Amino acid sequence: MSAPARATTLKRTPLYDLHRELGAKLIDFGGWEMPVQYSGILEEHRAVRERVGIFDVSHMGEFEFTGEGALASLQWLTPNDVARLTDGRCHYSAFLTERGTFVDDLLVYRKAADAYMLVVNASNTPKDFDWAKARARGNVHVDDASERYALLAVQGPRAAGLVSRLCAEDPSGLAYYSFLETSVLGTPALVSRTGYTGEDGFELYLAPQGAARVFRGLLEEGRGDGATPCGLGARDTLRLEARMALYGNDIDDTVTPWEADLGWIVKMKKGDFLGRGALERQKAEGVPRKLVGFEMVDRGIARHGYPAHTAQGEGVVTSGTHSPTLGKPIGLAMLPAGAAGIGTEFEVDIRGRNAKARVVETPFYKRPKEAR
Amino acid sequence: MSFPEELHYTPSHEWVRIDGDVGTIGITDYAQKELGEIVYLEMPEVGHVFNADDEFGTVESVKAVSELYTPVSGEVVEVNKAAVAEPGIVNDDPFGDGWLIKMKLTTDEEVGKLMTAEQYASYVQQEEKER
Repeated sequence: MSAPARATTLKRTPLYDLHRELGAKLIDFGGWEMPVQYSGILEEHRAVRERVGIFDVSHMGEFEFTGEGALASLQWLTPNDVARLTDGRCHYSAFLTERGTFVDDLLVYRKAADAYMLVVNASNTPKDFDWAKARARGNVHVDDASERYALLAVQGPRAAGLVSRLCAEDPSGLAYYSFLETSVLGTPALVSRTGYTGEDGFELYLAPQGAARVFRGLLEEGRGDGATPCGLGARDTLRLEARMALYGNDIDDTVTPWEADLGWIVKMKKGDFLGRGALERQKAEGVPRKLVGFEMVDRGIARHGYPAHTAQGEGVVTSGTHSPTLGKPIGLAMLPAGAAGIGTEFEVDIRGRNAKARVVETPFYKRPKEAR
Repeated sequence: MSFPEELHYTPSHEWVRIDGDVGTIGITDYAQKELGEIVYLEMPEVGHVFNADDEFGTVESVKAVSELYTPVSGEVVEVNKAAVAEPGIVNDDPFGDGWLIKMKLTTDEEVGKLMTAEQYASYVQQEEKER
């Protein structure tokens, strides 16, 4: 059996000691020493689908845009229509290059007409900050607030009940992609009904000093609910079943929103924004390749980076794993547009063996209606 | 963690149990713990002939793929179909029901080069210390 390599000098979240205490297996994730699992990926995955799981995702980056020019600046920097946000609402968006490709994918929160928070991927935080700072226009102050926030995700059908018991104001009435600024167990918190798992749930942006107390409090209060600490391993299988893109795997600075099937975050009518010209051209010319979901027809797990052979040319697997919910291998692949139709078969080179796969509808998993 | 006395061990964490001229091969308790929950096994065909240290298959957890290496030379005479169908068996019982393949040995001279239980236990201890 071959062994994985290890790295050095990693950043740690305020919950590092607690992870150790809980027996987490820690790995290098984009320069951060993060829990990949506690009890096991399959069990943690099941906990989120059936009960409630608690994740430390404090490695994510937070930026604050303040000032009267904040809105105009964000309208220029991101493709979604920030003017449609009202106080207490957030949406999914991106930073795009002039070529219309992803610098990063992110969330935009509107705290007030002149105060916004952006949440970006951990390993992109320095790059994104430089990028935004250099391109922000007008009277706006752009601040990297990442050190001021710890972030916990509480996800699963029992998340709302659990969080509402610890929160100063009841957040269970919040609509999806809404948030309120309140406190959890006495710690100032922005409580947002968002997540990266395909389940109902919340993300709690917390003052770092209170993060460990809140994590412990959630575990204790949630004991009767089967609340389970969950690592990045389960987060990855959960997000993939829900067909949520992972930057660096499925999207990067070679991929446009049209190609990634994320065209809904692009609002062409809102006015000019970075990358708009290139997206307009690609829309007119047609998209050369598309990110699709697939299942394996032959045995085997197709993983990130494995080559895909289609009748229309070469593609690549961008994400692939064993789906704990479906009990079979699933994945996402970037394929030539002509090979991207539902039902199209193609082959994946699994370490030298060609295994058949088939394009399928996504998401792979959709939560049951009664749980919404 | 257990290290059954009667088995012979490789540095890549496979074990072999010798029964006459047949060797039963699997991965160790330490290996299955390191991998986490095993979800997929790729095993060779019966009749395939391997030299010692050849890659004979792969074992996959949700996160990772690991290659498997033959402790000894020989011909595959049986594959554990139950483990292929339900790889979790390898986690539950790595030295018993979670065996992987049986091989008819080419020679009985290779087994002596493998580690004893005692040697393997201290090898694992060392490996854990270095992390």
